[in-house]
Amino acid sequence: MSALSRLTVTETKLFFREPMVVFFALAFPPVLLVVLGAIPAMRRPDEDLGGVRLIDLYVPIVIALGLALFALNGLSQLFATYREKDVLRRMRTTPVNPRVLLGAQLLMSTIMSVATMLVVLAIGRLAFDVSLPRQPPAYLVGYLLAALSMFAIGLLVGSLAPTGRSANAIGSLLFFPIMFFTGLWTPRDTMNGVLRTISDLTPLGAGVQTLHDATAGHWPQLPHMAVMLGWTIVASGLAARYFQWE
Amino acid sequence: MAIIEVDGLAKRYGEHTVVDGVSFAVEPGEIFGILGPNGAGKTTTVECVEGLRTPDAGAIRVCGIDPQHGTGELRQLLGVQLQESELPEKLKVGEAMELYSSFYREPADWRELVDVLRLGDKVNTQFRRLSGGQKQRLSIALALVGDPRVAVLDELTTGLDPQARRDAWDLIERIRDRGVTILLVTHFMEEAERLCDRLAVIDSGRLVALASPAGLVAMVDDRQRIRFRPTAPLDHAVLTVLPEVTSVARAGRQLVVTGTGNLLLAVTTALARNQVVAADLRVEQTSLDDAFVALTGRSIED
Repeated sequence: MSALSRLTVTETKLFFREPMVVFFALAFPPVLLVVLGAIPAMRRPDEDLGGVRLIDLYVPIVIALGLALFALNGLSQLFATYREKDVLRRMRTTPVNPRVLLGAQLLMSTIMSVATMLVVLAIGRLAFDVSLPRQPPAYLVGYLLAALSMFAIGLLVGSLAPTGRSANAIGSLLFFPIMFFTGLWTPRDTMNGVLRTISDLTPLGAGVQTLHDATAGHWPQLPHMAVMLGWTIVASGLAARYFQWE
Repeated sequence: MAIIEVDGLAKRYGEHTVVDGVSFAVEPGEIFGILGPNGAGKTTTVECVEGLRTPDAGAIRVCGIDPQHGTGELRQLLGVQLQESELPEKLKVGEAMELYSSFYREPADWRELVDVLRLGDKVNTQFRRLSGGQKQRLSIALALVGDPRVAVLDELTTGLDPQARRDAWDLIERIRDRGVTILLVTHFMEEAERLCDRLAVIDSGRLVALASPAGLVAMVDDRQRIRFRPTAPLDHAVLTVLPEVTSVARAGRQLVVTGTGNLLLAVTTALARNQVVAADLRVEQTSLDDAFVALTGRSIED
């Protein structure tokens, strides 16, 4: 087996040995959706939102939340801890390339988070009659862009933070503003102009809008794609620039 | 043809010179020791050999490769056991071996390796559940899984109990018997004396001496010391006239005679002639410890 696939398999096994990480990354988003959907007000059409139900708005937000948790609490901490404990230093003495190491992490994270996304979509459809994306390819493209930008930010935090603990602290600090601008507390449709513009410029604000558009049957808007691509390029570039083995 | 060549190596951190003009060459199949007190620059020296640090001056070749430029190729030929590095806590022994095998072009059979290292029954045990000795043995196994031509082992037996340490020594000899050249960093005299064919003594970043353990002792001192309690009063002149004796001193009820050559025979013969018996007789020879003190002006424990 190649180093990339062996690393991906090994990291996946290790991932499933951490129950708390698994819970927050994989199980928490579906659970949150079920809890939200259990509230009757969430399932009533809202006149202020043009007759849309809140639960319809929350499916992409819950998916974004899953990404943010995975990237900011899982990935960043894992990487910083590996460095702290000299796991990376030991790997550095072998022929394995750091790109393969980063690639395996990204591959595992993407596979896991796509699985969570599918579960959330399925629950939304089956339990709360939320319609599935009318443009599945557009949905997948938007999702992958959002995922890449968040994972790149997670890896950047992991590259900068000296310890697993500090990575966790930085990740939590970033988590709240990023989630605020997805509309977790105030849906994007009810934000004023300034907040809405800021939201459009954040990776998951743009991400959530892209998922909405694809659900409604539209291809993502170019500015939103550019925002996510920009975050991916800048964050991964900085992560590679500041990546240290020890 | 040397398998590791280090020529005029220097490394500074800011104003502080850690390694200052160290040169040595390691022959294939050798166990070559780097001996010195903590902070002497041993680890920095081998990290330059491993290509983990960039030297400020000097040339290094490992299997003919410059570690700074042929890093990729070097990693295939060099197995490294680092001082104090860990694996993910919940990684199992077998998984670690499989993972590290996948990094190399032509890995060794890792199942055979774990058996040799007596970890065969630990294949399904997570790293965090291993004892200190088992972690060390796994660390050696990972250093060897790429079937390297050279293995660098840094402070291999630090933190091990005496039995585990002796086991590790046996193991290193067996690895050498497989044809692997070993560069061993240590601050244990006993380890250096027992294992190493040749030793580079490093102190404050400088190479102080380079010889076999016995050669180092001989370099410092070929004097011997005899201690005994004479059973009858004895005139020191009886001994001082002997050509082998250089000095005679009284220490309580004991006499301490130092000298060279066949000192013991000369002294006992002289005593017998004067009908004096040497009770509690002890012959003391210069140890590697003594040689180290003489070479560096301090004990390795300082």
